[in-house]
Amino acid sequence: MAQSVKRRVALFVTCLVDQVAPEVGQAAVRLLEAAGCEVVFPAGQTCCGQPAYNAGFPDDALRLARHHVDVFAPYDTVVTPSGSCAAMVRHFYPQLLGADTALPPTFELTEFLVDELGRPDLGARVDATVTYHASCHLLRELGVADAPRAVLDAAGVKVSDMADPERCCGFGGTFSVTHPEMSVPMADAKLDQAVATGAPTLVACDTGCLLHLRTRAAARGLDLGFRHVAEVVAGGLGAEHEGGAR
Amino acid sequence: MTVTYVEVARHRRAGEPLAPLRDRARASLGDEDLQGALRVMAGRFNVGRRIAMSDPAVSGLREKGMAIRSEGVARLRENLARLEKSLTDLGVHVHHAADGAAAVRVISDLARARGVKKVVKSKSMATEEIDLNAHLEDIGIEVVETDLGEYIVQKAHERPSHIIAPAVHKSRVQVTTLFSELAGHPLPDRREDLCAFAQERLRDDFLTADMGISGVNFACADTGTLVLVTNEGNGRMTTSLPPIHVAVMPIEKVLPRFSDLGVMVPLLVRNATGQKLSSYVSFLNGPRREGEVDGPEEMHVVILDNGRTGLLGTPFEPMLRCIRCAACLNVCPVYGTIGGHAYGGTYSGPMGAVLAPLLHGGEEFDDLPEATSLCGACSSVCPVGIPLHELLITLRQRARTSRGKRWFFGLWSRAWSRPSLYRASARLARYGRPLARLTPPGRRWAEGRTLPEPARQTFHAWWAKTRTAP
Repeated sequence: MAQSVKRRVALFVTCLVDQVAPEVGQAAVRLLEAAGCEVVFPAGQTCCGQPAYNAGFPDDALRLARHHVDVFAPYDTVVTPSGSCAAMVRHFYPQLLGADTALPPTFELTEFLVDELGRPDLGARVDATVTYHASCHLLRELGVADAPRAVLDAAGVKVSDMADPERCCGFGGTFSVTHPEMSVPMADAKLDQAVATGAPTLVACDTGCLLHLRTRAAARGLDLGFRHVAEVVAGGLGAEHEGGAR
Repeated sequence: MTVTYVEVARHRRAGEPLAPLRDRARASLGDEDLQGALRVMAGRFNVGRRIAMSDPAVSGLREKGMAIRSEGVARLRENLARLEKSLTDLGVHVHHAADGAAAVRVISDLARARGVKKVVKSKSMATEEIDLNAHLEDIGIEVVETDLGEYIVQKAHERPSHIIAPAVHKSRVQVTTLFSELAGHPLPDRREDLCAFAQERLRDDFLTADMGISGVNFACADTGTLVLVTNEGNGRMTTSLPPIHVAVMPIEKVLPRFSDLGVMVPLLVRNATGQKLSSYVSFLNGPRREGEVDGPEEMHVVILDNGRTGLLGTPFEPMLRCIRCAACLNVCPVYGTIGGHAYGGTYSGPMGAVLAPLLHGGEEFDDLPEATSLCGACSSVCPVGIPLHELLITLRQRARTSRGKRWFFGLWSRAWSRPSLYRASARLARYGRPLARLTPPGRRWAEGRTLPEPARQTFHAWWAKTRTAP
């Protein structure tokens, strides 16, 4: 198809996706390419530094923030399949690096597709019912409430809502390991709501929440699947968007 | 063991040793009655607030409230000086208390001088903060809480677990048992009967008390008006029946103008209980004047600092905007999981987790800023725009943390700001997985969760292999 110059997008895959859920990164690449973007992956990227920042170690976070900004400085657009990591860059980097530091424009994946490109529909068709967990930083720090739902809806995914989809799942980054006694019951409250919807799969736009909920569900022996929104939608793309180089 | 922690949190007198947050949280999770009460509470308050605040009749109210409170705090000293003058003009005695001990001294001295034997109180978290009841009882004064929730909590020898619903942790069955013991015969477990019982007892206390002690919701600098927002009418009785009224007012309660109440009262009530207006809003303008048929003969205001001035000009200054509506408690998933007593201090929920370390300063509250998943629900509902979860992050920076943690983040950030070391650590994580359970974070993750499996091929490796190879 004749198309004007492809929008060049640098993928910030995040440390968590890189190391425990690379399939989420691959799905993000497929969605971005289906949306007509050229995806590049700066190999020097590591982590946004949020764990250190939230734990109360801004100097250590600063070290990673500086590195992150260096790596992504050459790009006009950075997209990441994580609301939390995007919020770290957009909301907390100015506090950490100073308000006048130039930051690479960073978007969460569904936010980029819907609000920036105006392309909720990438031609994917998925016959599935899911329940959507609105991850906290995506919802409250970036103010993105509708984009993930729009992407799911455009792909034909039915969303069966929990009683309180916007309630925190209890992951909370370091909170999940400093206070399991609270973190785990919070996951249970979420999981009970998710199970009650009857949807076989819980989806979200943050791998931290998904990992926390999945491993808790596994420990409880719950029959519930956990997928990133990008994975669900990418699963409904035609073969021409399959993984490798086109 | 478990019981001890709950007991400690529930009955603790200020200054008594506190179990670590982790143990307090565990104890609360093991308390079936508390867990049942928390499930009921959250729904009720949050639905009410959401409906009340989405009413088009009050659009823009939050922004106005935020502006009024920011201005009030920015010019706090000036507003307090104006308030003092207005109060004095009305014939109110003004006392300044730098800390809790000073406030207790003022009130005890006054009570002694006037031969006070019985005090009735309407709800006041400031008096909880300074442990006033215990101190008055120590000098032989009978203190009766007259807010129903406070009355329940007092009779049970407990502490409030919520700033506007002090007995929210107790079930009706528990209250029935408690009141039946007080009555000396079994009472039916019906709301109306329980309320009637308390009402009858309290009526006598109101009529025989020598002094009424109240808090203050707002104080208007220009007119000297003290405002009490209540639903039970007990505030009105407390401040008008006994011959002496003492109001305990933390410094931040001052509003620049009487006209600000048009914004602040509905903002408080809608966020607190979801009502449009509380059943009672009392405006107190000094003691009984000549020719008036009721009201106290003497009126005193104790303006309490207790560490608050120290917050001015710091990143924590916004905390002084707080109007104690409890919206942040009600929306907080951590509060909803552990309840108020587990926070260990007078105030609980996100606002308490910020305030307790600031007001008390000791090491005992160092771990309290960890009582949050940083979900930001508190900041998003706060009617006066306090960035609560961000203040909790800032507090974590000030807390005395373990050497191990500091060492870990120092090493980690140095390694992960180098791509080669970052990638090497990913490989290490995969081979070292069997050992993960031996590390403190791994062990704690495994408390209730399976350990995650690191990917066989990282995204970095996948990209390098499929996208950059010739």
